[in-house]
Amino acid sequence: MTKQIVFSVTLLITLGIFAYTVNRLIGLFKLTRPAFPIKDFGKRFGIMMGVAFGQKKIFRRPVIGFFHALVFWGFCVILIGSIEMVIDGVTGTDKVLKCLGPVYDFIMASGDIFAFLIIISIIVFLSRRLFFHIKRFEGVEMIKKTHIDAIIALTLILLLMVSLLAMNIGYVKHNTLLNEEISGLYPVSNILAGLIGGSSADSYWVLNQISWWTHILTIFFFANYLPYSKHFHVFMSVPNVFLSRLDPLGKLPNMDNITREVKLMLNPDTAFAAQPADATVERFGVKDAEDASWKNYFDSLSCTQCGRCTSVCPANITGKKLSPRKVMMNLRERMKEKGPLMVKNGRDFSDNRSLLRDYISEEEIWACTTCNACAKECPININHPTFIVDMRRYLVMEEASAPGELKAVFNNIENNGAPWQYSAEDRLLWTKDLEINVY
Amino acid sequence: METRKIEVPVMADLFSRGEKPEYLFWVGCAGAFDDRYKKVVRAFAKILSYLNVSYAVLGKEETCTGDPARRAGNEMLFQMQALQVIETFKMYEVTKIITICPHCFNTFKNEYPDLGGNYEVTNYLQFLNRYIDDGKLKIDKKSLKNISVTYHDPCYLGRANDIYDEPREILKKLTGNFVEMHRNRSFALCCGAGGGQMFKEAEKGDKEVFIERTEDALKTEAKVIATACPFCMTMITDGLKYKNKEEDIKNLDIAELIAQSLEL
Repeated sequence: MTKQIVFSVTLLITLGIFAYTVNRLIGLFKLTRPAFPIKDFGKRFGIMMGVAFGQKKIFRRPVIGFFHALVFWGFCVILIGSIEMVIDGVTGTDKVLKCLGPVYDFIMASGDIFAFLIIISIIVFLSRRLFFHIKRFEGVEMIKKTHIDAIIALTLILLLMVSLLAMNIGYVKHNTLLNEEISGLYPVSNILAGLIGGSSADSYWVLNQISWWTHILTIFFFANYLPYSKHFHVFMSVPNVFLSRLDPLGKLPNMDNITREVKLMLNPDTAFAAQPADATVERFGVKDAEDASWKNYFDSLSCTQCGRCTSVCPANITGKKLSPRKVMMNLRERMKEKGPLMVKNGRDFSDNRSLLRDYISEEEIWACTTCNACAKECPININHPTFIVDMRRYLVMEEASAPGELKAVFNNIENNGAPWQYSAEDRLLWTKDLEINVY
Repeated sequence: METRKIEVPVMADLFSRGEKPEYLFWVGCAGAFDDRYKKVVRAFAKILSYLNVSYAVLGKEETCTGDPARRAGNEMLFQMQALQVIETFKMYEVTKIITICPHCFNTFKNEYPDLGGNYEVTNYLQFLNRYIDDGKLKIDKKSLKNISVTYHDPCYLGRANDIYDEPREILKKLTGNFVEMHRNRSFALCCGAGGGQMFKEAEKGDKEVFIERTEDALKTEAKVIATACPFCMTMITDGLKYKNKEEDIKNLDIAELIAQSLEL
């Protein structure tokens, strides 16, 4: 009974902190702009199954992708065990899901095996970060804090898995020594249990209980650590994939407010028509965090800074300042800085800083070739190029600021209908003296 | 062997005679004004003529799709161009468009529908591949035999629109020695010209993107680098010049390779 009370109180505190975080995030999301309507649930489900659960895009890097897939699939299976632990903890039952019979055996066996595979994967991940020189984990945006964040998250996962195996070993050993029935199958723990001696059933019970508490408390801590960490992707990535932009990568979203203006301009009949009553003057493009769409912000929260985007960016590869990962990280940081102050002081709040310029320089924005390599590579379908173009839209349409050569291109298109300074009269010159061989 | 003069049909002329072509062939600004790329458009026009395709060009009535303006952030200019083009298309009752330039292709196909312009948009590689599949266009390894050819995926055909197979199917019919660069298909590296970069100096870095990509191509030791985009062609050709390889290695468009193989 004491265990139940202690557990329930801890659970309530965990949920309370989590609810606070979620509520805070909802407040920040309310500051953002609309993106696209969420339709096509069938298609979205398919993408979620392929990209998230199938880890399709992670496998674009097959070797390290395989290790990540093991961790992901392991988490999915182990999650069922964690739910059981919560039920057990609250109600005082012991392995409540064992009523599932063979299914339970399967879940427990997979969890046990996956815990072992995840330990191996995490050791691989940790060594990559600690002992190897991986270019993808470097860059101006990868400051010491981000590396420490990664190491903490990986260590917590390692602790989760070690405690899970220790819990299973304690359980298996204890019940074997007392000749009690074992619910579920634990292939890895059985082998490991065989390697250690000791005949005191009680000490194995203690091992089981300590591990049980370590495991569940680590989960509770992890759950509340994640939203403030780069590893928030544990929660956000699957929903982010489900909420993917469904358009072809080449398509830029249309600015409907511009369409209204252009149509008014082109049609003299409507030029004097009354503006719709709800028309508000909205900034064109993105200057600051609140100009981003909810999807941009969702992307930034889901980003785990893996750097696959930056590693394929032609600008970054050739030494330019642009890093798509940095753009996403900057949006998240800027929202963290300005968002809460806007929630407190109202939308008009200004701290005389902005995402563009104080976080992301114009030099970065203009280096993008919109090649979409970053978006193609992102394992969780983050779309960087549309956001980068949105910042260009702000610069060009609100500040009339662009590299000189591009301003010339705008002039040429406006005056002679081509990016170069040629006359439309010459558009058929290529057809001159065109001959074909006839056999 | 005789030669026959080709008169490229112009939409306004056809309409004044009460005729309506099946396709609008959108030449694009590079096709009209870039001296190197004019040769590609000429090659494609020869193929269209060889295939007896019913088509016309807009000629002097063609204008920029607005794509470079949009990607450089000038949405206002893009939409003004787009609405103007859509009006022209409406006037000539255009329903089917063939493009060579992947940027024009992407804009027509994916972005014009938002502004009320809905057309059946085909890129020339899809178009030619369809003729090959139907047996109406027969190409063989006559001209290239076993000359090694590599292909540079334009971003706006590849990643932007998932067109990876058509160019490869065509090239494999033209040469017995098709080689891939190590970064190919959806992994292909951009030539460096997209998103308005074509028209401006690159930001400061330690290398030009087109050199990085040309090096990818040179590593394959292919004798021909096939491209399918006017911007890519400018970039790769520049890359070959930079590397002093323009004598040994040719950068040709797939349309030129086909026209060559048909000895048009």
